[in-house]
Amino acid sequence: MTVTEERTGAEVGRDRHRKEDARLITGRTMWTENLSLPGMVHLAILRSPMAHARITNLDVSPALRLPGVVEAFSGRDVADMQGSLPCVWPVTEDIVMPDYPPLAVDEVRHTGEPVAVVAARDRASAQDALEAIEIDYEPLPVVLDMEAALADDAPLVHGEKGTNRCYTWVLDSAAAGTGDDVAQAEADAEVVVRRRFIQQRLIPSFMEPRSVVVDPTGDQITVWSATQVPHILRILLSMSTGVAEHKIRVIAPDVGGGFGGKLQVTPEEFIAFAAARRFGRPVKYTESRSETMLSGHHGRDQIQDITVTARRDGTVTGISAKLLANMGAYLGIITPGTPLLGAFMYGGIYKFPAYRLECTGVFTNTTKTDAYRGAGRPEATFALERIMDELAAELDMEPMELRRRNWITHDEFPFTTSAGLTYDSGNYEAATDKAMEMFGYDDLRREQAERRASGDRIQLGIGISTYTEMCGIAPSRVLGQLRYAAGGWEAASVRMLPTGKVEVVTGTSPHGQSHETAWSQIVADQLGVDFADIEVLHGDTRTSHKGLDTYGSRSLAVGGIALVNACQKVVDKAKPIAAHLLECDPADLEFVEGQYRVKGSPGAGKTLADCALAVFTSHDLPDGVEPSLDGDATFDPENFSYPHGTHLCATEVDTETGRVTIRSYVAVDDVGKVVNPTIVEGQVHGGVAQGIAQALYEEAIYDDDGNLMTGTFVDYTLPSSADLPDFTTDRTETPATGHPLGTKGVGEAGTIASTPAVVNAVVDALRHLGVNDVRMPCTPERVWQAIRNAQGNAQEGGDRP
Amino acid sequence: MIPVAFDYSRPAGVDEAVQTLTDAGEDAKVLAGGQSLIPMLRLRFAAPSMLVDLGSIGEMHGVREDGDDLVIGAMTTHDEVLKNPLIRAHAPLIAQATATVADRQVRHLGTFGGSLAHADPAGDMPSVATALDATFEIAGPSGRRSVAASEFFVDYLTSALEPDEVLVSVRVPKLAGWGTHYEKFNRVAQAWALVGVAAAVRRNNGTIEEARVALTNMASKPVRAHGVEEALAGAPATAESLAAACDHAAEGTEPTSDASASADYRTHLATVLTRRALESAAGI
Repeated sequence: MTVTEERTGAEVGRDRHRKEDARLITGRTMWTENLSLPGMVHLAILRSPMAHARITNLDVSPALRLPGVVEAFSGRDVADMQGSLPCVWPVTEDIVMPDYPPLAVDEVRHTGEPVAVVAARDRASAQDALEAIEIDYEPLPVVLDMEAALADDAPLVHGEKGTNRCYTWVLDSAAAGTGDDVAQAEADAEVVVRRRFIQQRLIPSFMEPRSVVVDPTGDQITVWSATQVPHILRILLSMSTGVAEHKIRVIAPDVGGGFGGKLQVTPEEFIAFAAARRFGRPVKYTESRSETMLSGHHGRDQIQDITVTARRDGTVTGISAKLLANMGAYLGIITPGTPLLGAFMYGGIYKFPAYRLECTGVFTNTTKTDAYRGAGRPEATFALERIMDELAAELDMEPMELRRRNWITHDEFPFTTSAGLTYDSGNYEAATDKAMEMFGYDDLRREQAERRASGDRIQLGIGISTYTEMCGIAPSRVLGQLRYAAGGWEAASVRMLPTGKVEVVTGTSPHGQSHETAWSQIVADQLGVDFADIEVLHGDTRTSHKGLDTYGSRSLAVGGIALVNACQKVVDKAKPIAAHLLECDPADLEFVEGQYRVKGSPGAGKTLADCALAVFTSHDLPDGVEPSLDGDATFDPENFSYPHGTHLCATEVDTETGRVTIRSYVAVDDVGKVVNPTIVEGQVHGGVAQGIAQALYEEAIYDDDGNLMTGTFVDYTLPSSADLPDFTTDRTETPATGHPLGTKGVGEAGTIASTPAVVNAVVDALRHLGVNDVRMPCTPERVWQAIRNAQGNAQEGGDRP
Repeated sequence: MIPVAFDYSRPAGVDEAVQTLTDAGEDAKVLAGGQSLIPMLRLRFAAPSMLVDLGSIGEMHGVREDGDDLVIGAMTTHDEVLKNPLIRAHAPLIAQATATVADRQVRHLGTFGGSLAHADPAGDMPSVATALDATFEIAGPSGRRSVAASEFFVDYLTSALEPDEVLVSVRVPKLAGWGTHYEKFNRVAQAWALVGVAAAVRRNNGTIEEARVALTNMASKPVRAHGVEEALAGAPATAESLAAACDHAAEGTEPTSDASASADYRTHLATVLTRRALESAAGI
């Protein structure tokens, strides 16, 4: 049955204002921190000031004597009930998986690790009482640098494991039969370019700090958490603590951002869960921003050794990446797998005949890393797009020309890469042509030449990023092959109410992505009901028992399809009822604009609301028809989706001070069909800003003792709108082919694309001075130093420019 | 985070404030706009027994003329300073620097006197006051006294103020016929200056008669670039003579190396930014 052909575009594709806006913008909503329950106590957590130490003495009893304090406990007190924090992605058979107690028991392995808990009648008393806890540490040797951690005599983060190597994972196209051999490609190459890139450590800076409330007093233990993953949290709390799954209810109320930083099952959630069970009364824990920065998981932190091989004419023949990925001290929910989310993408949009990736995970005495917007794919895209520019420079070829020579052309889709992925659709030419025109590419190249010729203090750089990514996570079978513990499906339910209104239940869990608006638009088109007559329910395991939550640009690309399929079931179920009401044969009916009508007869038909009322009364249903119009669907994608696009960045670099100013930024993205252009635009703006932040501003830095030096926003320089340019955005639209919506996902695209565009532009501005890399973030001092070093090199060589 | 508990007092006048401070002893702390103090309390880097909030003292608000000087109440907010017509007319350097302070929210709460009394060498106001040869009017148990800018800033976060003293107002000379500029260099718009330069130049046609230059964040307190000033006295108002004078910009400075910038880089910036500040101030 064709459900919506005639109505396509009525709501989908429309710039709807968000249903969520009023309550979110005015702050009149239920954040976890707003929740207050009778008898609730407030938790404060004592955290280790040492990066690696043995706890030799820990006495919480002095805290108990302070006013307002109700309880206090240490890791040893709850060792048998607190559970071990789970890692669900053991990426290799021989991966080293250390225990991860929520509260440290004998040893701490990074600064900020929780060691004891105080519960008090108010938050301030709990905070004060932490200072009364007596604790002594015996320092142990600290290891922070990944290469040092892999040395034979390195101090061990987990002494009992005998190594700091967590795993080594290899994808080799020759071994897998998906392509040529990189070693042979290198032996045969006319040009070989090698670079080492450093992906600095970043801190996810969501607006709402993480917060958790646990109420153990009902039949179920209820957990409210500012999380991206309420469903996953329920399962893992149950599996790790032994409390039966049906006795746990998890609610993610409105959640203020995540960027992957709330794709985690946290020590604090486990501690609050243990505390509530121990006390038999509700508890709340809300972290301070400093605690977020110290011990919420971090992102990136890789050393990337990249080799690209090519012929003199610019045809690439192979790419090889050798990665060191910093795990931190423990494995979070998908810590080991995070770099591997990019492991298939080091070839990007180009036809590399040979492909090899080797990733080694390394333990250090630092906060654990895990997913941060893009997760693995920003790192891959950065390395690839940077080295494509370096190859172009080596070949003395215009960098866009090099890309055109090597990318998959629109008539070659579907295209299977040497990494083994099949890209379903794309049109790199169209996005690039549009971006170059909007950018004024040729004019900027002319101006660049003039500034170089005149030796202008301000040099102009042009940076390119022609990216693609894999998202829409994920086909369950592929996840299984990658040793991920869960599937990648998503669920949706549609409930027709007697008055014709609609409740939609989604297993995705929005935390800023506007699902209530976009899902309403999709359902409005599918069912022919008004946008305003649809309510989207999410984030409570009691209403939405089935779901895998929101991350990896999956909600629309996977959950949206489940929703369409659930709507289809409703339409199918209503058909015999409508036929009965119209006294005709179901085969003669068509469903158009929300009405069942007799084909070829434009007269009055029956709406889904009519059918819903008929089902509600059930006075006159056809024989054998179940009195229900509810539709449930679970969708498991057969492939990832592959958004792509071309981002172009023009930077002005002050060669005296090293300051980089972004003059213009053009993003042309192809995210397939679009449900709501305003929401997509917002995702691109925020994503690009976050990518620029990695390129120019943000870096988490530890001192030699493992203290986080960038523990507040004074030192961790997050850019604001005042630091960012106006973005020029547009789209091309090449629908995804694997499902009826044609959507591809947009949550991570901007972040993945933008970082290399900016750094390429910085290097491009200075290449004629002898600069061929600037380490991220490209701070003014690093840029100035790069120019100075290049001048020094030139002087030594006797040919000062 | 949550500060350690403290007592709170909100005196109505300067004398009452001084008395409250005297009674409370050395653990009391003055609260002005709170933009530096409150974060320090929240991070528990400071734990005063009492906060004496100066927000209700009318005498300490606003800007007035007094002969050849402007008198700026210490509790005048950055935003009020920025919008004040007397400041714009007679002390534009203060307005130029104030416009670079953090963001709107901070400028609406933070005060001119608070940022001076805090004596953070990375703050913008201390070097501006130093360049302008401001005078600090201070009230204490034994009455009022005046302290010159060159004496007021003692060391990192340390001023000439005693624990029982209050900075009441700051007197700056009106600058007629001077060009001024504040050149600030920071990582992001809301951040402290890595280096800042406050410059004022008085020209007579093609000659620089007098220049005043003070540097932000190049030592544990603001530094006057005397070498630059001396080199420019009577020098031709040309880009070349400015550039030559700026070779002296970093003389007498002791910049720190930290996670934000190395001392080498700060020294380099001081030279470049001093030249740029002087070019703008002198209209070259």
